[in-house]
Amino acid sequence: MAAIEEKQVIQTDQESIVKIEDLKKYFPIKGGILKRTVGHVKAVDGVTFDIRKGETLGIVGESGSGKSTLGRMILRLLEPTDGEILFQDHDITHLRNKHMRPFRKDMQIIFQDPFASLNTKMSVEQLIEEPLLVQTKLSKKERKEKVKELLEKVGLRASDRLKYPHEFSGGQRQRISIARALAINPKLVIADEAVSALDVSIQAQVLNLMSDLQDEFGLTYLFISHDLSVVKHISDRVGVMYLGRLAEIAPKKNIYEDPLHPYTQALLSSIPDTDVDRERDSVHLDGDLPSPSNPPSGCAFRTRCPMAHERCAEERPELQEVKDGHYVACHLYDE
Amino acid sequence: MSNEPVLQVKDLKTYFYLDDNQVARAVDDVDLTVRAGETVALVGESGSGKSITSLSIMQLINKPGKIVDGEISLLGRNLLDLSDKQMTKVRGNDVAMIFQEPMTALNPVYTVGNQIIEVLRKHKKMSKKQARLRAVELLKLVGFPRAEETIDEYPHQLSGGMRQRAMIAIAISCDPKLLIADEPTTALDVTIQAQILDLMSKMKEQLNMGLLLITHDLGVVAEYADRVLVMYGGQIVETSPKYDLFKGPKHPYTQGLLESLPSVHKELNRLGTIRGTVPPAHKFPTGCRFSSRCPHVMEQCLEKNPDLIDIEPERSVRCYLYTGDEGAKHGGDRRETSHSN
Repeated sequence: MAAIEEKQVIQTDQESIVKIEDLKKYFPIKGGILKRTVGHVKAVDGVTFDIRKGETLGIVGESGSGKSTLGRMILRLLEPTDGEILFQDHDITHLRNKHMRPFRKDMQIIFQDPFASLNTKMSVEQLIEEPLLVQTKLSKKERKEKVKELLEKVGLRASDRLKYPHEFSGGQRQRISIARALAINPKLVIADEAVSALDVSIQAQVLNLMSDLQDEFGLTYLFISHDLSVVKHISDRVGVMYLGRLAEIAPKKNIYEDPLHPYTQALLSSIPDTDVDRERDSVHLDGDLPSPSNPPSGCAFRTRCPMAHERCAEERPELQEVKDGHYVACHLYDE
Repeated sequence: MSNEPVLQVKDLKTYFYLDDNQVARAVDDVDLTVRAGETVALVGESGSGKSITSLSIMQLINKPGKIVDGEISLLGRNLLDLSDKQMTKVRGNDVAMIFQEPMTALNPVYTVGNQIIEVLRKHKKMSKKQARLRAVELLKLVGFPRAEETIDEYPHQLSGGMRQRAMIAIAISCDPKLLIADEPTTALDVTIQAQILDLMSKMKEQLNMGLLLITHDLGVVAEYADRVLVMYGGQIVETSPKYDLFKGPKHPYTQGLLESLPSVHKELNRLGTIRGTVPPAHKFPTGCRFSSRCPHVMEQCLEKNPDLIDIEPERSVRCYLYTGDEGAKHGGDRRETSHSN
């Protein structure tokens, strides 16, 4: 039996920008005439990790794994049910809006659907200027200059500032979202399925742009996606989520070359690949994702796990460091 | 591949007549053949015309769209000659279709069973009792462990993957000769996608159907297709057996697509890109439709659209690089595609 520590803090040698500890988000399910709470959807159920300065941390998971809820909690767009969020060593978990505002300047988000996230009635200039207006004391002239500069940075023309979102294609709109996010020099950018709605050739353009901007501005990314190949391309470290919990988190190389959690292994073997010479893994997972309102006891993955044994039903595996910087939540790796 | 062709499409043109007298040539001169037991993948990005091609085959094109020219022959019969009534008999019977979003394709107010039974009663003239028994059989076949119960459940009670299984059960209920699957797994998670694609391949083998798989996902193509047709701007720009296509793509568009794809098995510092975006269907450039984005564009590309020419047995490409001597120079060399953004 391994000595399982209650709250494991992942040790790092690099400075971290965000630390979350045992973060939880339960959404109540209302039922009956009186709309009493009859249960909870445990969207995020005890997640601990840190994001290090200047890195890209990828978070992968299928729908319902809680990855988007997690991103929104870090930005305090959703209130955590329990747990702690530290941003540059400040506890921001319960800050009121007024006190949260200076921190908001340092964190931005890019959403999946650039058709829904940009106000169609605002010109590009108004869209990009808005965060500058709220968060900085720049003069009107300075703001206009900054908008032009940002547009060029993201590969659009300065003259595009007078156009409206409908005049742009999906890839170009995502560039506008990026310009808007970068306007106030954030330190952390959360990209929530930011390239998922784009065609591959356009997706590649936006991914390359994001890498360039990261180098130029020293950005830290939390890159949330269901697409394991995209996450591999852009990330330094990768966390794999399943049903509100972190199954595994490790440097990218470990995750893709030596995945330890049976779920990560299954995910990787499910991805269709364009290498026609590679031998096919024919092991595909059975069954569906269980409902997060009624997750299996013990390990959430055990109902689909080919390696499940008795203990998996009884005891929830905690995240433990198996190799240097490689953490996994699975009883197979208990001492 | 000596199997009989199930579907043969020749010179298909489907145009959309827009308000301001503009014409969107969404499908323009498309030829394709699907043989029994074969999976043909039609790949392309949004706006390439792949879905319009499949809807044209089913004759589900509405105004302002119109099939302007061409021939769609299913088992030797030209579907364009059929009346609406005759076509209704063909749909769901000889040819069936699966769509991307099973929740919108299934009727939410009828049980899963009802929707299968309806097809069997209509096309196979079965009695209620017979149809119900057959429906249970079909649900078992596509992997419902509790088929006797599922038959009385409504679509909203099923998960996305299970709904797509139900769609497959409906589609194969009348033993179609051709199954058209339009982005069948795009809305599903990867682990579920693998299950559904495995199931479709199995059904294709068992029933010896032709499968026309329409997708934007080159990974899916590489795993499941036999032959590949690459579409761009309403036209087929390259056709090839799967292996050859991924080993040595010929058309600059195919090359660019493959270069821009991140992979879990490769380490790339930088993704290749194709500059610009797909032009809308009423604003294709004169000459080659890819010329506005092509890294190898030459003078003649701007003047006249190249024909789809055979370059090897079973392989053809629509590009001037392969007419005359130039083919040898550029053939299969993927490194030349542009890396600049």
